[in-house]
Amino acid sequence: MSAPTTTHVKPGMGAPGTVREHHEHHELSFLRKYIFSTDHKVIGIQFMFTGLFFFLIGGLMAMAIRWQLAWPWTKMPVIGGILFPNTGEAITPEFYTMLFTMHGTLMIFFVIIPLLTGAFGNFLIPLMIGAPDMAFPRLNMFGYWAMIPAIACIVMSFMNPGGGPAAGWTAYPPLSTIETAAPGSLSAQTYWLLALTWIGVSSMMGAINYVTTIVKMRAPGMTMMRMPLVIWALFIAALLQLFALPVLTAASIMQILDRTLHTGFFTPTNLVVNQMNPEMVGAAAGGQPLLWQHLFWFYSHPAVYVMVVPAMGMASDILATHARKPLFGYKPMVYSLASIAGLGFIVWGHHMFTSGMNPALGMTFMVSTIIIALPSAIKVFNWLGTLWGARIRLTTPMLNALGFVAMFIVGGLSGIWMAATPVDIYIHDTYIIVAHFHYIVFGGSVFAIFASIYHWFPKMFGRMMNETLGKIHFVGSFIFTNCVFYMMHQLGMAGLMRRTAMPYDYETYAHLQPLNQFISISAFCLFAWQIIFVFNFFHSLWWGKRVGRNPWQGCSLEWEAPSPPGHGNFDHQIEVYRGPYEYASPEVEEDYLPQAKKLS
Amino acid sequence: MRLIATLLFAALLVFGIWSFVDSETFLLGPMPDGYSWWWPEYTSTFGGDIDFLFTFISWLILVFFVGTMGALIMFVFKYSKKREGKAVFSHGNHKLEMIWTGIPAALLLIIAFMQMTTWADIKFAGATAGKQLFAEVFASQFDWRFRYPGIDGRFGTADDIESVYEFVVPVDEDIVFNLRSHDVLHSFFVPVLRLKQDAVPGMTIPVWFNSMEEGTFDLICAELCGWGHYKMAGRITVVSRAEFDQWIVDKTAEKYSNGQENQ
Repeated sequence: MSAPTTTHVKPGMGAPGTVREHHEHHELSFLRKYIFSTDHKVIGIQFMFTGLFFFLIGGLMAMAIRWQLAWPWTKMPVIGGILFPNTGEAITPEFYTMLFTMHGTLMIFFVIIPLLTGAFGNFLIPLMIGAPDMAFPRLNMFGYWAMIPAIACIVMSFMNPGGGPAAGWTAYPPLSTIETAAPGSLSAQTYWLLALTWIGVSSMMGAINYVTTIVKMRAPGMTMMRMPLVIWALFIAALLQLFALPVLTAASIMQILDRTLHTGFFTPTNLVVNQMNPEMVGAAAGGQPLLWQHLFWFYSHPAVYVMVVPAMGMASDILATHARKPLFGYKPMVYSLASIAGLGFIVWGHHMFTSGMNPALGMTFMVSTIIIALPSAIKVFNWLGTLWGARIRLTTPMLNALGFVAMFIVGGLSGIWMAATPVDIYIHDTYIIVAHFHYIVFGGSVFAIFASIYHWFPKMFGRMMNETLGKIHFVGSFIFTNCVFYMMHQLGMAGLMRRTAMPYDYETYAHLQPLNQFISISAFCLFAWQIIFVFNFFHSLWWGKRVGRNPWQGCSLEWEAPSPPGHGNFDHQIEVYRGPYEYASPEVEEDYLPQAKKLS
Repeated sequence: MRLIATLLFAALLVFGIWSFVDSETFLLGPMPDGYSWWWPEYTSTFGGDIDFLFTFISWLILVFFVGTMGALIMFVFKYSKKREGKAVFSHGNHKLEMIWTGIPAALLLIIAFMQMTTWADIKFAGATAGKQLFAEVFASQFDWRFRYPGIDGRFGTADDIESVYEFVVPVDEDIVFNLRSHDVLHSFFVPVLRLKQDAVPGMTIPVWFNSMEEGTFDLICAELCGWGHYKMAGRITVVSRAEFDQWIVDKTAEKYSNGQENQ
């Protein structure tokens, strides 16, 4: 480590002291290095392991849901005896509501958002803009440690005597606020709200850091329009969090107050829940249940984009790198990301078309929702443009990125049905919706996360993941994902409602059990297939092939650093001369021209 | 790997087209009588408009699905072949961007505008304003209750009739009812009527439909309302006007014979 690296910091920017401090390479204790670390890479990896752990838990819950839908009220193999000793080892209706509530909550707030923004946001931003660390390393550490109370609260919530929260991940009042409405839940809902609030604190700390770091700490020559798209995407996602999160936090606190101090923000007068009027026990009333829905979706719709915008950025980077071709339409890609984010703030009402919200308002939300399909379409066309005339290397990250594009197409197109208000009357809250958002969040975001793990694993740990196992993992995952989620469209066509523990007593749904069994078996296969990934991940962590700095021959700055990068990231001075996607450049002999390479 | 990847994406394309084109027997063989893998047959007056819109969008989706997936498959097949030389050095094409922004924008605007009247006809306040109220519908954990004005045609009088589970309505008439909930959110969903409306405590929401066919149909709660959500069922029985009038008379007689003057 020869040259001093503090020169990355632009003169005049804040806190150079903290930055310099990082470069005194004294050995840190194990605890400071891996547990209470202020290093963005370690924090990113902490987020990754946390996210992947909860992915397993959330996935197990999905399996239990699938068991119930395929073979309702029957003895659950293996774990039925432990979980349900009093009901013939079968799921109870109360437990089913808790299962899908927790599945949604964990997957959104403890898996996808932490993995995309927490893990890759932290790991990639300083490396890809040529900074030695985040702007606020200690705040960054606090961002991760705010996850711990969140995890404690969500565990308390689920382990609550009597059962967990049972109001769905959307927590619509009065079901969520009136205790007699969901008698099993007791204080579980309150803990659930506290968990969400802490997750919000964590995301907020991250978002502040990402925005500041990207604005203030880019290496010399790294203009905004030379940033890789994944950095743009993470920047925009952080802005979404910054503007939307306060609303959810306020709403959660209002709901906590409703539950604990009976303030009645969301409780109308003259309720009779379970033969009991909350006002009889001194609860205030005069509130509006729809108010929660507006506040909740004002955050949670932008949050939907927080869950997919970074994935779009990652896919763009990985596609260009492994296609050995410049990204098609860099500027339209940036503008479309920005317009998705901007429009994302005025479409929340499309979750409420049939909610009793003024139908005239529904019409305006319909128009904004239809328009937001346009930037997504532009992105798809540009990804295809990137592939045209390329020299594609079908590596594991590339396959997963292509899988992302294919499934984003399906999920994006089915969104147009939902945007059409009259059509939404029928399909709202059916399995078409479930199919749609799983195509985006599982087929889209999760495949982008897989792609990113395969792509940046060498940078994180200095070793490659096994390509053969990676390809086997991709092929099976792709097949089973489509078997599970494509067929959910057919369930939704038949009008099958989501969140229904036992639908086959209805004449309308009586014929759907065989299809649900097919989906469940596919889902079990999909779950089991991930063992290959877990094995590959841990095996490669210790025994993977060692790599140099730039195993994929990428152009962006993270490949300038050693693998894995040390404290302070770069061991030489970084200066940026061009955009991030100069693959196949005629200026040089090889087929890539790195951003930091000076041409004479 | 090139062939496997191409086949994988091609399989998704074929699968997708198949699900659109062959909705009768898709994948799992022929369906029981009266069922298909498409929407169930509609019976309400506005069902046709909704289904037309859905079908129109579906075909549009199919065209884009085939176009984009086809391009993806072709490019993966063609450009992942080992070749000499570098990729095409192109950063984009302004004209192409204009085309693939303009055409979808125009199509999306068409979709936006063509649905407005349908939505207004079904949901706007004007659709129910000034019309005779047919019934009051109450949702609560976990049943549906229907209150009819009875023989005198007025609500809140002694001869009001209440029915649980079964909602009897006459065929070919505009049925306007007020939807209410006492406790938590529920949703009034009748698949064949293409009708869904949440019941919100504290709000009285006017809803209407007109069934063109007689028969009995499922009424399903479509908004999570607690542990018993899955069994919050009802039935809509659509009968001729004469049968309906007779039903009111029978219900009234039944009510007084049970001695329930004070409902």
